[in-house]
Amino acid sequence: MVTGDPTAPLLEMQGIVKHFPGAKALDGVDLDVVPGEVHCLLGQNGAGKSTLIKVLAGAHQPTAGTIRLDGEQIRIPHPVAALEHGIATMYQELDVVDGLTVAENIYLGHELASAGFTQRRQAAARTRRLMERLGHPEIGPHQEVGALSAAGKQVVSMARALSRDARVIVMDEPSAVLDSGEVDNLFRVVEELTAQGIAIIYISHRLEEIRRIGDRITVLKDGMTVGRNLPVASTSTDELIKLMTGKDVEYAFPERPGVPQDAPVRLEVDGLGLGDTFRDVSLTVRAGEIVGLAGLVGSGRSEILETVYGARRATAGTVTLDGRTLRRGSVAAAVSAGIGLAPEERKSQGLVLDEPVYRNVTLASFARMARAGWLDERAERKASQEQAAALDLRPRDVERSIRTLSGGNQQKAMLARWLVHGCDVLLLDEPTRGVDVGARSEIYALVRRLADAGTAVLVVSSEIPEVLGLADQVLVVSDGRVVHSAPAQEIDEHQVLDLVMEGTSA
Amino acid sequence: MTEPTAVPPADMETKKEGRTRLPSLLSGPAGRNVGLVLALALICVVGVITGGERFASIDNLMVVLRLASVIGVLAIGMTFVITSGGIDLSVGSVMGLTTVWATTWATQAMADDLHWVVMVFTAMAVGTVAGLVNGAIIAYGRVVPFITTLAMLASARGLAEMISNRQTQRVQSDAFIEFFRLEPLGVPILVWIFAAVSVAGWFLLNRTTFGRRTVAIGGNAEASRLAGIKVQRHTLYIYGLAGLTAGIAGAMMLGRTTAGTSTHGMLWELEAIAAVVVGGTLLIGGRGTIVGTVVGVLIFTVLTNVFTINNMSTSAQLVAKGAIIVAAVLLQQRFANRSKST
Ligand SMILES: Nc1ncnc2c1ncn2[C@@H]1O[C@H](COP(=O)(O)OP(=O)(O)OP(=O)(O)O)[C@@H](O)[C@H]1O
Ligand SMILES: [Mg+2]
Repeated sequence: MVTGDPTAPLLEMQGIVKHFPGAKALDGVDLDVVPGEVHCLLGQNGAGKSTLIKVLAGAHQPTAGTIRLDGEQIRIPHPVAALEHGIATMYQELDVVDGLTVAENIYLGHELASAGFTQRRQAAARTRRLMERLGHPEIGPHQEVGALSAAGKQVVSMARALSRDARVIVMDEPSAVLDSGEVDNLFRVVEELTAQGIAIIYISHRLEEIRRIGDRITVLKDGMTVGRNLPVASTSTDELIKLMTGKDVEYAFPERPGVPQDAPVRLEVDGLGLGDTFRDVSLTVRAGEIVGLAGLVGSGRSEILETVYGARRATAGTVTLDGRTLRRGSVAAAVSAGIGLAPEERKSQGLVLDEPVYRNVTLASFARMARAGWLDERAERKASQEQAAALDLRPRDVERSIRTLSGGNQQKAMLARWLVHGCDVLLLDEPTRGVDVGARSEIYALVRRLADAGTAVLVVSSEIPEVLGLADQVLVVSDGRVVHSAPAQEIDEHQVLDLVMEGTSA
Repeated sequence: MTEPTAVPPADMETKKEGRTRLPSLLSGPAGRNVGLVLALALICVVGVITGGERFASIDNLMVVLRLASVIGVLAIGMTFVITSGGIDLSVGSVMGLTTVWATTWATQAMADDLHWVVMVFTAMAVGTVAGLVNGAIIAYGRVVPFITTLAMLASARGLAEMISNRQTQRVQSDAFIEFFRLEPLGVPILVWIFAAVSVAGWFLLNRTTFGRRTVAIGGNAEASRLAGIKVQRHTLYIYGLAGLTAGIAGAMMLGRTTAGTSTHGMLWELEAIAAVVVGGTLLIGGRGTIVGTVVGVLIFTVLTNVFTINNMSTSAQLVAKGAIIVAAVLLQQRFANRSKST
């Protein structure tokens, strides 16, 4: 096939269709990738990106369509076949085994062995080399993966993809759990790989990343290819957003109305500490205020939120809500006092995956909606449907199991949980992780509306522009301490980064 | 009836178009129960063919149901424990303990003074306390359910032996025995009690906050905790409930055998667990079905009945039962794997 490209395609997917019972995830997708390029796959939540790459990885079988490698048609009946063809995949949801060590995870399924004995020493040495290459020499081969941070697990997952002799590496939202320093690392590795002629299929909702490393873009919408092989350099952001969403979306942060000086303090955290994870954290959030915590992954921001929430038992300090001090280490007390948390790791901390969407949405409030212990499922469904509509959940159906929703839509369901419950203080940990551009601005607008209605919001994000754009007040966290506090207008990205670095080197 | 599992297994792959209809129908919650009922019907057909009149008679039906009742009540409690992601190995020996405690000289004397119901309440109270002890150790002591209830299995049996001195304790109250011989509408009272416990269990699991918490904790305990559910307290209650059903079963056992002994309920925990799992409740938690449990119990009891009618040795019966359990769990795992693969 002549495509007019200077290089012959390495991988071609044509007319890929994938039906699930009750859902058409892919409805004719084309994708072609040339050696040595970074091919970006864009599309809204639920557009079918993950499904497409799962077809490529052999995790799903396509209902129709052909896949060609080097011009030859291939079949990928199972994941091992994909690896044999040189296609390695980093899935969107972390797929490492917590109970195994780093080296065991990396060589899982292709253990280095001779005569049936695993070659632990060799695996460890190779793991060390991979980790160095990825800029993480501190992650040792014998560390248990369960003890690593989300970003650490992501690095392991990447090392696993690298450990295969892959010709195509697929990365499904690898940057979602990484902070800016880590993303730089990732991109360095990506450049190294492409220089060797390896093709990368890169999925991300962060358009600025695509500008930095992408070569060509394929855009999916509702399971179909709507933009094919667009050169990154000559395609405008507006054009891309229009292709993805089918309309013009304003990609901007909502306006800050300014918190009145006399707004009452809702949440007061005083001298909070948790062992040697973080110490002496004091902050206040007033009604109508959004306070953002910026800092590196692993600096203790998530732990601060979880401790305020009572999910971890503070070793020092107090949390006061509307003048009442909360009992330490009791989530139930925090929730009934009016605090809600949307946790960082949706799958393990947020969702009951096999339950329907509406029961996940009402997980914090079904007891309150119930009458004398009897569930009121009708009210639950109604409340969930309202939020599904308000947040533009796709698909809108609240009866299906939440496992079948795309990542971004699962995140919306998490937010819906606290909207249904209604809370005075909302703690958001990475609220837009994996959320597409359109939904992102919806979520920003929504958080702002909640604040305007009097909610105090404390938000953690690894994307510094997000913290700066959304919050009224920004706290910079470094190494378990708040090192700086400033109104969002008076601080910029560079200052935040400098503060973060100073904090860690000090 | 709508079970809490109103969602088909998530990732039902559409592998071969033609083949999907039936399996996908049968894999649904209603479908799974249909499958169970079909299995039960099949066993009945075998029973009729091999046993004829001896199997297909009202009298035999009542015998089967009466036998199913006591283990059935245990299985209802077990359904909650397993749905929440736990296991209770102690229900059989706790039941034995309750029969002993309810027939001690002291209890019977008190029953004599007041009313025979005292014995029933004693059994229920003893069972509940034992369950709460399990629950407290599991929830607050953070000892895994398997070990905790294994320890309770041993201690409850031992305690029952100490109290009874390994003697069989006859029920003295005629009123008690009379009550458990009642057959309203021609159906033994034990069967009525089983039916009542099942219906109550169904409502509790599917229509109340208690049931929703149970399913949520079994599905994802950490997410439930972060949503404000008091996971520890609820765990305590769940094991308390299992203990309560052991107490009710104990009272029923007294009615059936008119005697309390420390050997009652030997290995019944395994039968209860088997019935629950065969019924379709996921052993890893997060999905539970009372209807399935009831049918599961019936399958085992009818099977035993058919074997007995055909004079099959108890050893052969055990082998057959074992095979059935393995087959059921294999089937379940296939569903679990499918829904995990996404
Ligand atoms: N196992 C499944 N069963 C039924 N429907 C599914 C299943 N997996 C995915 N879907 C549906 O297929 C569509 C595409 O989902 P997919 O995960 O590919 O989206 P995505 O583009 O990766 O989105 P995101 O950016 O949110 O990760 C969605 O509507 C989703 O609900
Ligand atoms: Mg995805």
